[in-house]
Amino acid sequence: MAKARRRTAAAEQLELLAPSAERKGAGGRKAAGKTSAKASSTARAKAEPTPARKTVTASRPRPRRATADDLAQRQREISVSEFFSKNRHLLGFDSPSKALLTTVKEAVDNSLDACEEAHILPEITVEVRPVEGAVDRWVVSVEDNGPGIVKSQVPKIFGKLLYGSKFHRLKQSRGQQGIGISAAAMYGQLTTGKPIRVWTKTGKGRKAHYFEVRIDTRKNAPEVVAEEEIELDKDHGTRVEIEMQADYSRGQRYLLRYVEQTVLANPHLAMTFKRPNAEPLVFPRATEEPPAEAKEIKPHPHGVELGALMLMAKESKARTVSSFLQTEFSRVSAAVAEEILKNSGLRKTIKLRDIAEDREAAEKLRQGIVATKIMAPPLNCLSPIGDELIRKGLISFLSVVEEEEPEEEPKPVKGKRRGKKEEKTAEEKLAEAARAAADATPPQEGEEQIKGKRFFIVSTTRPPKVYRGNPFQVEVGLAYSPDWPQDRPIELYRFANRVPLLFQRGACGITEAVVKTDWKKYELSQPRGALPVGPMALLVHIASVWVPFTSESKEAIAHYPELLSEIRLALQECGRKLAAFIRKRKAAAYELKRRSTFELYIEEVARSLHHLTGTDEDRLKRQLQELARQATGGEETDEILDRVVRKVDDAFAETPEEE
Amino acid sequence: MARKDATAKTLEKIEKLAKGVVRDIQKKKNPQIQIPLRSLSNIQYSAKKKILEMGKETQDRSFFNVSQARKFMQTFLVASACKELLASGKTTSIRDLYYMTKHTLGNSRQNTFEEQDESDPIIEDLEVTLDALREELHLFANRKGLMVGPMTIIDSGDTIDLRRQGSGGWGVPSIVEPNVIKFGKHEAKYVLLVEKEAVWSRFNEDKFWKKEKCMLIHGGGQPPRGVRRLVHRMHHELGLPVYVLVDNDPWGFYIYSVVKQGSINLAYESMRMAVPKARFVGISSFDADRYGIPEETAIRMDEGDHRRIRQMLEYPWFQHKKWKRELEAMAASNKKYEIEALSRRGISFITEEYLPRKLREKDWLE
Repeated sequence: MAKARRRTAAAEQLELLAPSAERKGAGGRKAAGKTSAKASSTARAKAEPTPARKTVTASRPRPRRATADDLAQRQREISVSEFFSKNRHLLGFDSPSKALLTTVKEAVDNSLDACEEAHILPEITVEVRPVEGAVDRWVVSVEDNGPGIVKSQVPKIFGKLLYGSKFHRLKQSRGQQGIGISAAAMYGQLTTGKPIRVWTKTGKGRKAHYFEVRIDTRKNAPEVVAEEEIELDKDHGTRVEIEMQADYSRGQRYLLRYVEQTVLANPHLAMTFKRPNAEPLVFPRATEEPPAEAKEIKPHPHGVELGALMLMAKESKARTVSSFLQTEFSRVSAAVAEEILKNSGLRKTIKLRDIAEDREAAEKLRQGIVATKIMAPPLNCLSPIGDELIRKGLISFLSVVEEEEPEEEPKPVKGKRRGKKEEKTAEEKLAEAARAAADATPPQEGEEQIKGKRFFIVSTTRPPKVYRGNPFQVEVGLAYSPDWPQDRPIELYRFANRVPLLFQRGACGITEAVVKTDWKKYELSQPRGALPVGPMALLVHIASVWVPFTSESKEAIAHYPELLSEIRLALQECGRKLAAFIRKRKAAAYELKRRSTFELYIEEVARSLHHLTGTDEDRLKRQLQELARQATGGEETDEILDRVVRKVDDAFAETPEEE
Repeated sequence: MARKDATAKTLEKIEKLAKGVVRDIQKKKNPQIQIPLRSLSNIQYSAKKKILEMGKETQDRSFFNVSQARKFMQTFLVASACKELLASGKTTSIRDLYYMTKHTLGNSRQNTFEEQDESDPIIEDLEVTLDALREELHLFANRKGLMVGPMTIIDSGDTIDLRRQGSGGWGVPSIVEPNVIKFGKHEAKYVLLVEKEAVWSRFNEDKFWKKEKCMLIHGGGQPPRGVRRLVHRMHHELGLPVYVLVDNDPWGFYIYSVVKQGSINLAYESMRMAVPKARFVGISSFDADRYGIPEETAIRMDEGDHRRIRQMLEYPWFQHKKWKRELEAMAASNKKYEIEALSRRGISFITEEYLPRKLREKDWLE
């Protein structure tokens, strides 16, 4: 509540400074056109008032001095929906190309959360289709097989901002504030005048309902435009459709990434994506196992701040401070409560009302809490993806993605000074053989073949940790393919509570943790202060009851040291396994290189020694060659060499066809 | 003759080295040789003999070691070429040897040697390993250095009067062993070794050696083996004192120390080259004041100079009090002077006033 009021005050100032909503909207769009994933929306928000202030002075060349009474007349409350309709970038609607993605994301997040709570294996269909006769109008439709929505709740869920079930709970979920889907509906309404359309059914044999809902932005209240009972030929589920002004040609890239990555982080999800002018993209489930349900927990005493503590004391039904501590917090037993009281130095007989009203007493209690050792919060509130499922997710993700985006053909190297007939030099043959030798190493643990490409996949799930009383858990998955281009920065996929983070990569704590890890130790190259370079995709997932995002649009994670160090530990764990894999491949190439180095010199040495001692040159050569064989891995290298030769022979057999 | 015996002995040494390696190969062992280490860590300063000596540390050079295989191959390639020289009774320059042994390996883009910088150290390796001098391997370096003075010498059978060398001087060969150079009649009282040719020319033109009765020699910077060996021979065989005139900079001081005690790289030849009693006549760090050398002729020292001084102060053979004083004064003044700076006081100031006064006042370091 306090938070909302603060926002309102800020909005009021903004409105005074920028009376024209249109001008502002235009500015926002312009800025958004150039928006890169890195640009910070908060930075933009700060930058905007400046030009607006200029227009104010310019439009009133000789301002009459306003009196306090004048000003007072202008003061009025602003509803949260009004605020966000003007500051839509805060919610991810900063450009027509991003609007599609944000809408799909909010709807899919809600569907997944609902399915999880109802123990349903989700099946979601996302559709984007053009509105006939309009270039910049699109309909976004998201349909799920979730539990459906009770008729009476529909208007508020879709027609009121900051209305939701998840805000007041400590539990790992995708949605948090209850803004998302209603904000999407509001965006559609603002840009097209059309209401959001909802079909929902809560169970077999029950009636299905159809709604059209508008938002009264002045009041932040829903307005039902149409409502009727209908038939739906499925047992339960919800479908929402929003018509909006959008830019599909620019937005499709993000949309595709979102869909792919959501599948990656939710291996239990079956997803269909119907796109204009393209085949539908179908992602089957990677597992039939629903994720472990995240339990709701009470706050941990170590995470509570003074104001919150006073508020909780005020609202608690408990009689004594001790029972207040025991009922409102997790991990507080009677004995712990007693110790907290003792450590706080408060009277034993102190009333709970005193805590609620007396700031000093509350502060003492808080210090007592800090001074007391309390067991870490229960961790069943978290639902990590899990090692095995990250692996499966990565594999199925890569199979679809590899098919969808055929890799760019490697450009043929032009201008080679050599004619066709001229023989390759020993160095070139060696380099080829070394590459081939690495490929000819026997498959290692963790290696997978996906669409003809070799992948090394590892994953790590860290044990849960706590920061500020909030449990969190970090997971990392890593896919490395020697068959990918070697000279590009890695692909980094960031996730928070299984939701992909697609923007503001540079501002994100996950990125910082990856950048600050020394990947050179793990056989990748890494420019200073940048992502490592190499044929690798990296998945980082943070699961927490409260993910510290940097803004309401939930695009980047704040730089909490506890969080960053956990991510780094997970990265290091995966990195070590990666290094072992790469080194083993290198070792084969290395032995081969050594052997060919020795072989290159053997002739010279044999000739010199023959000249110096008269020993038979050929015999010396044979003996040295045998020694070279033994010194470079013996039979093992022979075998690899054998495979390399076969591979090179095969390649030679293919060459004429190409030419 | 002695020469022939030496050749046979050297040949024997080379073949012995190769046979050891062949034995290794036949025993299915990694063929390897031991090479005395030519680095600072294996150098000792003998306080008694006052020269640098090579220690007993050696490094292995084996064939089946990726970082040594190439050098191993090169070592025997050079050894093989030396055998050819010895057998045919010819000598050649080390540059020549580089070309003799350079060729492409198989169908690769690699050569046996890419540059002469690669083959020169291999020759030095071979010298220390075989305990044979360069001339015993029938090799010589490019000549550098000139000499004039009141002396007659016999060079490869030709009699040469060093009093009649005009402005050019006699070029000091790389090999100056008694079988090549013999000393004849002379009236010289001392040897003056100057750092560079320009200064040598000044002294020659002013006929300084005639007036002073000294052998005037230069080594073009760091003096080559031939010059050092010749100075050594004149000092020991003819009993002439040696004076060294170098720039007043770290490099000049180092040249003097090499003449006096030997160098790190050629420590194994110190016995035949170093002149522990060589005297440093200038330019001293205190000469600018004493001889009125104007300050504007000074050159500001750079970071490299300071680093070099710090390094030299660490060497055990630079621990003499007077030496340290010189180096520390130089570092403190942040100035260095070339010998030519003296020309500000007159073109022949150096030959007519500076050096005679130095010698008269015995103003030198030892």
